[in-house]
Amino acid sequence: MEITAKKGIKFIISELKPRGELFTPFNIITIPIIALGLIIVAYRFVNGLGSVTNQSQIFAWGLWKGFNVVTGVAFAAGAYIVTFMVYVLRIKKYHSIVKATVLNGFLSYVFYAGALILDLGRPWNIINPIIGNSFGFNSVLFLVAWHFMLYIIAQFVEFSPTIAEWLERKKAKKFLQSLTLGAVVFGITLSLLHQSGLGALFMMAKSKIHPLWYSEFLPILFLASSVPAGLSMVILEGTISRRVFKDLYPKHSSKHLYEEIVFGLAKGAALSLFIYYFFKAIIFIHGRHWSHITDMWGVWYFIEVFGFVLLPCIMYANGYKNRSIGLIRLASLITIVGIMLNRLNISVISFYWNNPNHYYPSWQEYIVALMVISIQIWVFRWVVTRMPVFKESHH
Amino acid sequence: MNRRKFFKLAGISAAGLTEKLITSADAAGIPSTKQFIGVLNDTTKCIGCRNCEKACSEVNGMQVPDIENDNALEKERVTDEKQLSVVNKYKTDKGTVYIKRQCMHCWQPACAAACLTNALHKTEEGPIIWRSDKCMGCRYCMVSCPFDIPKFEYQSWNPRILKCDMCWKRIQQGAIPACVEACPSEALMFGLKKDLMEIARTRIYKHPKDYVSHVYGEYEVGGASWLYLSSVPFEQLGFRTDLGNTPYPEYTKEFLYAVPAIILILPPLLYGLHHITEPEDSEKK
Ligand code: SF4
Ligand code: SF4
Repeated sequence: MEITAKKGIKFIISELKPRGELFTPFNIITIPIIALGLIIVAYRFVNGLGSVTNQSQIFAWGLWKGFNVVTGVAFAAGAYIVTFMVYVLRIKKYHSIVKATVLNGFLSYVFYAGALILDLGRPWNIINPIIGNSFGFNSVLFLVAWHFMLYIIAQFVEFSPTIAEWLERKKAKKFLQSLTLGAVVFGITLSLLHQSGLGALFMMAKSKIHPLWYSEFLPILFLASSVPAGLSMVILEGTISRRVFKDLYPKHSSKHLYEEIVFGLAKGAALSLFIYYFFKAIIFIHGRHWSHITDMWGVWYFIEVFGFVLLPCIMYANGYKNRSIGLIRLASLITIVGIMLNRLNISVISFYWNNPNHYYPSWQEYIVALMVISIQIWVFRWVVTRMPVFKESHH
Repeated sequence: MNRRKFFKLAGISAAGLTEKLITSADAAGIPSTKQFIGVLNDTTKCIGCRNCEKACSEVNGMQVPDIENDNALEKERVTDEKQLSVVNKYKTDKGTVYIKRQCMHCWQPACAAACLTNALHKTEEGPIIWRSDKCMGCRYCMVSCPFDIPKFEYQSWNPRILKCDMCWKRIQQGAIPACVEACPSEALMFGLKKDLMEIARTRIYKHPKDYVSHVYGEYEVGGASWLYLSSVPFEQLGFRTDLGNTPYPEYTKEFLYAVPAIILILPPLLYGLHHITEPEDSEKK
């Protein structure tokens, strides 16, 4: 027993050591950001949120909630879509990307839930809604928070066979694999609910969000747009991973197969973007918003809808038709920017558009937001350089 | 107040107000055994002395404003974490009007519906209170309150949410809110909401020249415990009149109702799909 424990500790220590070069451009940029971010976070816990953020009595939610939580979760949607295709619809083609996508989703949730805690004024009381001495059943945030928690567990279960494989525990892997389908079904259900729940969060801010962005259908819009957001992120992550972690992919992995996957994803993205666009159009017409489009907000709205929803939709469709990977990659980038714009428009930019005061994040808020993403990428890198994430496992 | 008198009053009140309120109170799951209390602010009687402000700060242990010398009326103010009740001055064609602002104590409060820990809690009597041992400081209440009332101590490592609680402690001890007690000109009146509504309606009815025919807080966002009478339309006095009469929790209700249904329906559906897509030769595996 003792020997295994010792061995285990040794193993952990050796695995914590960085592999590869230390002074890559990525490290040189992110190490100072992470260091500075940690100092800011420590400072914030001593001196209060107001000492580092520009959040105020009217703008109670700033960049950390608007970007890290509300936006980030949309990009983590890839996991529920890909697991749906692979495990429920059994489309074999996507099997090779499922592990990386689930890992990405899992880490995103861990870190976005983490960002949520950073933003809590009294984080020690987070225990209340968890252990059940105070359930706010009528609160959308209660629902979203619980779903985050449960979904993190579900995704961990989905990813766990890869960990078992890494630790060479064959039996454990078999057992964990038997849990996958349950976790996937559970996870998809949770995802649909909290993706839309993030939209429902803003329903009671009705009088504060610009009418072009507020809608009673926000939950549906959030859900619909999470599909292209997630798919675009999968495409982008794949593009980067294939370049950066070239050596980790199996030698025989065929470029052709991978491109087939991207084309499939692009088709899905084009379709889902079109549905999202369609919803937006209906809501616009149904809400009789013509009177709102005469000022700068109207221009801004159309930039979002045409430039970042319709345009990438057309690009995806063309990329799929003409089999142009380049066009598809560009479309994924534009979609990602567009979803960011949309989420930030609702949670931050158009929030209290008619108030003379405005909220601009402080530099500390930007640093911490970047810190969260940087650490997430570090952990992602740590995992993929050790565990068989990019390899097709045979069972 | 017995039941019969209660229904008689309900009968009198125009537009079936009481009935509406009872149903909405039921919808919020609030036991309707107790009558809601409230405050009627007849702004035509307010002289802008700000004794209410002073009393409020004293009772809540906050820095007491120097009401004689600080000239605070010159600027339009909002409540903040250092002062839970403020008086503003408005020049209108009917002369100067003073408006005291604080939490409205909504019938179906957005803040409490938003709160995931039930830290913001509607008492059976109506006042909405905040409980420090529950709140986790997420500030969703601030995002949701249509009147921007909950305030947060951004400069503290151990921040509180602060807002008027209608002097809940005093009320439990049988006293009335400090501001009402401090008011020298009877501009503030404490009582059961339905009694206050009756008084308000009577005043409007008897003195139609002195009042606009609108009690702010009667229907706004589903109704509130704090009621205002005024001589000029409320939009001239810094009130939002575009909030509608729908109780705010209604906006999320549909979504929340859909949740259990989706949790029940979706998983079997997904399992079903999983089975349908099973390839013929799967036995071999
Ligand atoms: S005014 Fe705001 S803080 Fe007061 S009860 Fe209504 S929603 Fe809550
Ligand atoms: S900040 Fe506190 S009182 Fe407000 S919603 Fe969050 S937990 Fe509830």
